[in-house]
Amino acid sequence: MYRYDQYDKAMVDARVAEFRDQARRRLEGKLTEDQFKPLRLMNGLYLQLHAYMLRVAIPYGTIDARQMEMLADIADKYDRGYGHFTTRQNIQYNWIKLEDTADALADLATVEMHAIQTSGNCIRNISADHFAGAAADEVVDPRPYAELMRQWSSFHPEFTYLPRKFKIAVIASEKDRAAMRLHDIGVRIVKRDGEVGAEFYAGGGMGRTPMIAPLIRDFVPIDQMITYAEACLRVYNRYGRRDNKYKARIKILVHELGAAEYIRQVEEEFAHMLSVGVEPPREELARIAEYFAPPAFVDGPKTVDRSDPDFALWVDRNTHRHKHDAYVSAVISLKPAGGIPGDATSEQMRLVARLAREYSFDELRVMHTQNLLLPHVRIADLPAVWQALDEAGLGSPNMDTIEDIIACPGLDYCSLANARSIPLAQRISERFAETGRTEVVGELKLKISGCINACGHHHAGHIGILGVDKKGTENYQLSLGGSEAEDVSLAKITGPGFDEDGVIAAVEKVTDVYLAARSDGERFLDTYRRIGMEPFKEALYG
Amino acid sequence: MKILTGNDLRTGAVTWWNGTGWSLFVDDAVDVGEDAEEILAREEAARRVNVPYAIEATIDAAGHVRPAHIKDRVRALGPTVRRDLAVPTANKTGWDWVI
Repeated sequence: MYRYDQYDKAMVDARVAEFRDQARRRLEGKLTEDQFKPLRLMNGLYLQLHAYMLRVAIPYGTIDARQMEMLADIADKYDRGYGHFTTRQNIQYNWIKLEDTADALADLATVEMHAIQTSGNCIRNISADHFAGAAADEVVDPRPYAELMRQWSSFHPEFTYLPRKFKIAVIASEKDRAAMRLHDIGVRIVKRDGEVGAEFYAGGGMGRTPMIAPLIRDFVPIDQMITYAEACLRVYNRYGRRDNKYKARIKILVHELGAAEYIRQVEEEFAHMLSVGVEPPREELARIAEYFAPPAFVDGPKTVDRSDPDFALWVDRNTHRHKHDAYVSAVISLKPAGGIPGDATSEQMRLVARLAREYSFDELRVMHTQNLLLPHVRIADLPAVWQALDEAGLGSPNMDTIEDIIACPGLDYCSLANARSIPLAQRISERFAETGRTEVVGELKLKISGCINACGHHHAGHIGILGVDKKGTENYQLSLGGSEAEDVSLAKITGPGFDEDGVIAAVEKVTDVYLAARSDGERFLDTYRRIGMEPFKEALYG
Repeated sequence: MKILTGNDLRTGAVTWWNGTGWSLFVDDAVDVGEDAEEILAREEAARRVNVPYAIEATIDAAGHVRPAHIKDRVRALGPTVRRDLAVPTANKTGWDWVI
């Protein structure tokens, strides 16, 4: 994986020193909160319901064992012994003190981590396919391209004050495991006639106005990728609305201009920027790519002893096909039935770090589904890995099932939320686990947001739940038919909302409809798309 | 009643105006009546509190203060899903009145 060069290190160290001084001046009263707020946000420090919250970037979700151990140390030293892995492959600490923040950032810098650009109207942490570098179906490893974008977008002087935040995802396979088309810019690395290039999508996003990004160019030569991205951003930065934050995202600009006009303007800017020469030299991409060279895989057994049914179920559910046939990628579920999605204790982080070191070439991934991943595990090592995970409460065999719920922190932590998300996730996962219906239902992606900002990706859930404030009480809207994958679609609201008990019962009812109507091999989403909304509405409101 | 709340500048902890200072316990909150704006301006300027604001609340016969909005009730006790991290309170029924 990528290691900082002297420039990266100098930049991060300088930023820590700068923030230390800013925090000191705030604590001494030399800066007001209005003056300090944009400065702390540039360093990932929010003020949430109960305390300050620090969001730490994990570029394209890739970290190594020593970094994970540092995340555990931060949790113990400056927080309350746990962290929360997010839908943008980051980690958040919920109880950070302002007076400790600079020290926490300094500790993070020792392992080449930071919290820069995890907030504010700038280009945020670049996300990527969590199976990058391991997936059997990828064209190339997308991470060198994501890293190049990270370097280009870090401290980019022109894009520090965009109209609104800006999120980029990079994948390199037909399968979309990063919600690529629900980003401000989605990039798919492709090959055409043996040449590597980038397919660009722009203007997607969730939030209060969900939109699927249209294709704006089907092939950008890889040695022009940054120039093209710069052109996309320049048009947005120039014409994106700044008068209304709810209409300031690029999706609104692309929608209001129309994709064709946005593309025309981007192409014009692209031609101009090509003449300016902003593209990094090819040697830089080659230098970065060396850090992502595949590990030294070795041959070995390609099957496992399936005599233990619990182990066999975990292998079936939580492992993913690897490009080397003696390996798999193993998903570490942070979704125990009744647990808090995405939360991990410091002890669990240290265990995962140890497993990465022993069994996965010192590599780990944070998944946007709020799980962790050991990308390269020898099939022969799976029993040992599973046993260690299971003993630590990390062995739930529930990837992509109704227990694998994405849930934002909601009103339990977030100052923007209108309703709690986590208790719903806990009750639904517990209910389905207890009744044994999880396996019967099969693949079903349920996503919960506690407000319209949609951090829990409810628009993209096969079943989505949105918490709203209804005259001071929590109310939940149910929606069906969303997908963030290559068959991307936006969920539609079923009808009037429910209270907490009601929405849990509603989830059971819609799964009943599915089970009664499904054809062989159909997922919930397939059945919904075939039979439509009406049977579900009839069951819910009939 | 009208009470004042905010976050401690150094730690971020939720605090409540008790008439002379800022307490971690919602039951210590006092009715500020018409004095809210004056106290808020003075306390924020003195950096004894961060982003303070006034809210409506009620007080029961046992003296337990209950903020009117659910968001402030969650702030008063802590995350409902991590009761082990809750603010210590004498209000034994606290979790019942959050929702």
